[in-house]
Amino acid sequence: MTINEKQDELVDEFEFLIDWIDKYEYIITSAKELPIIDEKYKQDQYLIKGCQSRVWLYPETRDGKIFFTADSDAIISKGLVNLVVQVLSGYTPAEIVGADVYFIDRIGLKEHLSPTRSNGLLSMLKQIKLYAHAYNSLKA
Amino acid sequence: MEAITDRVETAFIYKGEPIRNQFPALHQSVYGKPLVYFDNAATTQKPNAVIEAITAYYSTINSNIHRGVHYLSQQATDAYEVTRNSVASFINAPHSHEVIFTKGTTDGINLIADTFGYTYLNPGDSVLISAMEHHSNIVPWQIICGKRGATLKVIPMDESGELLLDEFERLLDDRVKIVAVTMVSNSLGTVNPVSEIIKIAHENNIPVLVDAAQAVQHTKVDVQAMDCDFLVFSGHKMYGPTGIGILYGKEEWLNKLPPYQGGGDMIKSVTFEGTEYNDLPFKFEAGTPNIEAAITLNSAIDFINEIGLENIERYETELYQYALNQLLQVEGVRIIGTAAHRSGAISMVVQGAHPYDIGVLLDKMGVAVRTGHHCTQPVMDFFEIPGTLRISFAVYNTKQEIDVFITSLKRALTILI
Repeated sequence: MTINEKQDELVDEFEFLIDWIDKYEYIITSAKELPIIDEKYKQDQYLIKGCQSRVWLYPETRDGKIFFTADSDAIISKGLVNLVVQVLSGYTPAEIVGADVYFIDRIGLKEHLSPTRSNGLLSMLKQIKLYAHAYNSLKA
Repeated sequence: MEAITDRVETAFIYKGEPIRNQFPALHQSVYGKPLVYFDNAATTQKPNAVIEAITAYYSTINSNIHRGVHYLSQQATDAYEVTRNSVASFINAPHSHEVIFTKGTTDGINLIADTFGYTYLNPGDSVLISAMEHHSNIVPWQIICGKRGATLKVIPMDESGELLLDEFERLLDDRVKIVAVTMVSNSLGTVNPVSEIIKIAHENNIPVLVDAAQAVQHTKVDVQAMDCDFLVFSGHKMYGPTGIGILYGKEEWLNKLPPYQGGGDMIKSVTFEGTEYNDLPFKFEAGTPNIEAAITLNSAIDFINEIGLENIERYETELYQYALNQLLQVEGVRIIGTAAHRSGAISMVVQGAHPYDIGVLLDKMGVAVRTGHHCTQPVMDFFEIPGTLRISFAVYNTKQEIDVFITSLKRALTILI
């Protein structure tokens, strides 16, 4: 499945969640299912500082693809982070660098990408791209 | 859906009308829910009188002040100086030239930290602040201490969020050159015994700067009774416009300090060899100020004066107590800051739910709160928490809004826990 197919799948799932409360319940449930980051990687080196909630992101490569695990101390952030990880984990650096992450906007959660939220999600997206860029140039 | 009007029943009534009817921003829906605005410690909403004054200023007397010979400039200058006089009587300053217009509280503290620091701080000296200061009363001092080789020292607090005055006295050695302390904590609500702090500091000939940003809108502040040397606050937290603040300083101190910024209006004469500075207050007001905000701040002061700070304090104390009592009945809620004397803000954490998550869900229910560290990270470190959820009150808030908050909080916790 491509990154965009995964995004579209999420967008489809959220179409059934009309009320905000259903969306958040989905996100919170998703947070509880997150394959959370190994405790040993929950350290400053992998910490993405949001003002309000903290997000840890750990990248590893297997067979030329990057896999991410992540965690957050706030459950809504954790759920959102999980969705991003689901979408972008397991692809080649080039695919990740080239990805247009549109699903957050489409599922009606664009506000979480606002800098005023300071929840680490925006920084995390940037960090994922940075890792992908770094692996990309390592390969080249 | 609950009607917006349902919430005004216990609002502060003034001249037969609920005060909140004068605040248009309060009468709107967010995400389809009537707005409950509990982020007043960040900024208050504005009454019609202020909003109309802003339009009136730009529609009539807009012009630059202290410069023009023409009619409009005279009118604008007069209005600007009227506010200065109003502010002086609002805080009972002996002279209006002791009232300096700034951009806000932060600007006022930076002004004093910088000018006082360059004049009086030497290597080995120290500045004494408190453990519950806003970052704006920490960082400017850190910067100047760094530049001058001085040390920043901190008056500690106890678990309830009260300053330890014994420790304060112990810290007051002859290297302390200034004490800077908040009157009311923005994150804990603690009302500090500033008069006592000032008295003790003065016994050691040390001047005191008081951060009154969370005080002037809630209680009568009298700079002469308090005997502070400097006092700072912001217009936008007291129903006035943004971008305007006040620095009060005792004349003798302000005369001893050098100018902060150079530019127009702060000079008497300029040659390439040197400049003769203007008198107080203009010495500290370089450049074209925020004329609109300074002039319309007067309408905010009128608004407060008309209701009376005693009435405001009585009403808000009732709201505060009501909110505390209601919160005590919500399982898992822990109030952060339990000082005997509190005002304005209530901070809390809830077992098993991150403040950010609660804030996001409350927002969706139309309740505006603040979550995070409230620019007081050292306070959060002290209590070993990532942040708090804070509600803070203004005179237009109602008990019904507190009920809505409590119901919404419980609903958010059901979703999260």
